[in-house]
Amino acid sequence: MPAARAIREIGHRAINAVWRIGMATRFFVLILMYSGNSFRRFHLIIKELFSTGVMSLIIIIVAGLFVGMVLGLQGYETLKRYGSESALGVMVALGLVRELGPVVAALLFASRAGSAMTAEIGLMKATEQISAMEMMAVNPIARIVAPRFWAGVISMPFLAAMFSAVGVFGGYFVGVVQIGVDEGSFWSQMQAAVDFREDIMNGVLKSFVFGTVVTVIALYEGYDAPPTAEGVSGATTRTVVTSSLAILMLDFILTAIMFRGN
Amino acid sequence: MQQLGWPRLRLVCAVVECGSQIYGMPILSSSALVEICDLNFAYDKRPILQGINMTLPKGKLVAIMGLSGCGKTTLLRHIGGALKPTSGCVKFNGQVVHEQNQDELYAMRRKMGMLFQFGALFTDMSVYDNVAFQMREHTDLPEELIHDLVMMKLHAVGLRGTHNLMPSELSGGMARRVALARTVALDPMLIMYDEPFAGLDPISLTVVGDLIRRLNDALGATSVVVTHDVQESLKIVDYVYFMADGVIVAEGTPDQIRASDRDFVHQFVHGEMDGPVPFHYPGGDYRQDLSLKG
Amino acid sequence: MERTTLDLWVGIFVVGGIAALVMLAMKVGNLGTYNVSESYQVHAYFSNIGGLKPKASIKSAGVLVGRVTDITLDMDRYEAKVLMSLDSRYHFSKDTSAKILTSGLLGEQYIGLEVGGEEEMLKSGDEMTMTQSAVVLEDLIGKFLFSKAQESAN
Repeated sequence: MPAARAIREIGHRAINAVWRIGMATRFFVLILMYSGNSFRRFHLIIKELFSTGVMSLIIIIVAGLFVGMVLGLQGYETLKRYGSESALGVMVALGLVRELGPVVAALLFASRAGSAMTAEIGLMKATEQISAMEMMAVNPIARIVAPRFWAGVISMPFLAAMFSAVGVFGGYFVGVVQIGVDEGSFWSQMQAAVDFREDIMNGVLKSFVFGTVVTVIALYEGYDAPPTAEGVSGATTRTVVTSSLAILMLDFILTAIMFRGN
Repeated sequence: MQQLGWPRLRLVCAVVECGSQIYGMPILSSSALVEICDLNFAYDKRPILQGINMTLPKGKLVAIMGLSGCGKTTLLRHIGGALKPTSGCVKFNGQVVHEQNQDELYAMRRKMGMLFQFGALFTDMSVYDNVAFQMREHTDLPEELIHDLVMMKLHAVGLRGTHNLMPSELSGGMARRVALARTVALDPMLIMYDEPFAGLDPISLTVVGDLIRRLNDALGATSVVVTHDVQESLKIVDYVYFMADGVIVAEGTPDQIRASDRDFVHQFVHGEMDGPVPFHYPGGDYRQDLSLKG
Repeated sequence: MERTTLDLWVGIFVVGGIAALVMLAMKVGNLGTYNVSESYQVHAYFSNIGGLKPKASIKSAGVLVGRVTDITLDMDRYEAKVLMSLDSRYHFSKDTSAKILTSGLLGEQYIGLEVGGEEEMLKSGDEMTMTQSAVVLEDLIGKFLFSKAQESAN
């Protein structure tokens, strides 16, 4: 019965997905429980901030610049038809601060830092480093996982803010410097339309949520990876796929909650 | 976090040959550090260990030998408390390991050291930081003192000069010795070795074997070596257990083992191809598999 | 990597992140232009506010002088009650009139203030009595058609 088998397969996958979400949530709670140590010894977090935050800087800045420039170009072409080129600044800034900044930065973060985290922890597990740590009476969640989690959570809003800031300059460069939109209206309309709490802080909040989700997925996949070469590479792929989908779905939900009715 | 006082930090001074009695360890009536009684363990109903009885006397170096997959490593994991037995128990220093809660288990593990199969050095830390790891995690010693201790441990394994290197820059034998220095960093009472000889060249093999013996005696520790390297381990150990399919099939001193005329032990010690352990994995009729007729 | 180099880079990273946030707040957002603390509240009733929204700007002679803080429907008068917060640097006479205007043909709506001649100034909690509602396009077209029909009838 192929139909029954197909339905059974769907059921199996659904159960598996729910089970993994449950395990990841449990893992998240464990991380929070064992986070005390990483704040007492903050240099553990600083070391991870370097490999997650600083190492992602270049890709974030370059990507932000180009996304802003494209927004400037496309926005100008569209707005020109309605004779409202002066609203270019508004369009670039709102697009970046509300959506593209948090989302694209989080997607890049997932593929740059998230996959590296999964691979590193998966390899640590495969080479018995995690078992060794446990045998030394050191809790690996407190010592290895929690500092990486907090580094991810801290660096994500900063990276998103830098992405947006650089993107606005990219839009400014294309719109004002290259095309010749009036500089005064570019900035003043932008400032009139972008609200600090409504737009910027909600963007920061979004990136904070994305940072948490991406880091938990990356760490869970690494910690859960089968200790083999295929296991680690599969986990790395799953990190990028799962966290990208999670970012986009959560973005829809968060946008619906935050910006509804405006 | 429990503070470790000075007495726990006995220093290994360049591995001086000195007997265990020098540390005046209280000799208990049993004088066994680890007792394993009727230990059974199964993964999903598949039995791995069946009725293991074993004692590790204080100050002794004991080897557990057997074929790959016979449950040796599983046994070590039970001693370290990483697995819970299906029935029976493991006693460490008089306490039942699997009845301890997380904190008590961690307190117990501080008295143990374990050398993993390929060393399991932390790849994101230098050799120095690897050896210093447990001192930093478990003690509040000042950094200068940790420096001296790390240098002594590294000197004991002859690798003081490598303290700035990363684990990836070491050869297999050197990595194993650094891991050994890390294992004994807090002077454990019990040292467990999981396949310490796997993948080593003959020189490194002799060096590591010699270090295992000397560290055991210098620290007054008790050691258990899980291995299938017969010749090297028979040279250094005090007592041998032979395991096959989750049960202990033979035990004795190295001399008794060498002289043993039991089929399995003889095949194992002399590395013969066929014997009680068959060369062929059970399969169907060979002719049938080749589609030959007649 | 040396601890000091590490600290330096992470420091640069954090400072860069904070600088980006501050830049977004001051240069891109309205935090640099609009000071919430020094303002006073007045309100006005409009029979139709059109597309006016909270946070819409209030301008006098084209200068931004405040923002709309809240819009509710008054159940006694069935008119829209618009709360406005005005910058306390600017004072307006009691008979100031408020108009709902549109910036450009398709732009967003704002409130324009025109100062009257009275000596007394508006204080916090006062009401602007002279208001002009938003121009609703449908009404405008309806009026135009009506007048055309009358013209042809005459």
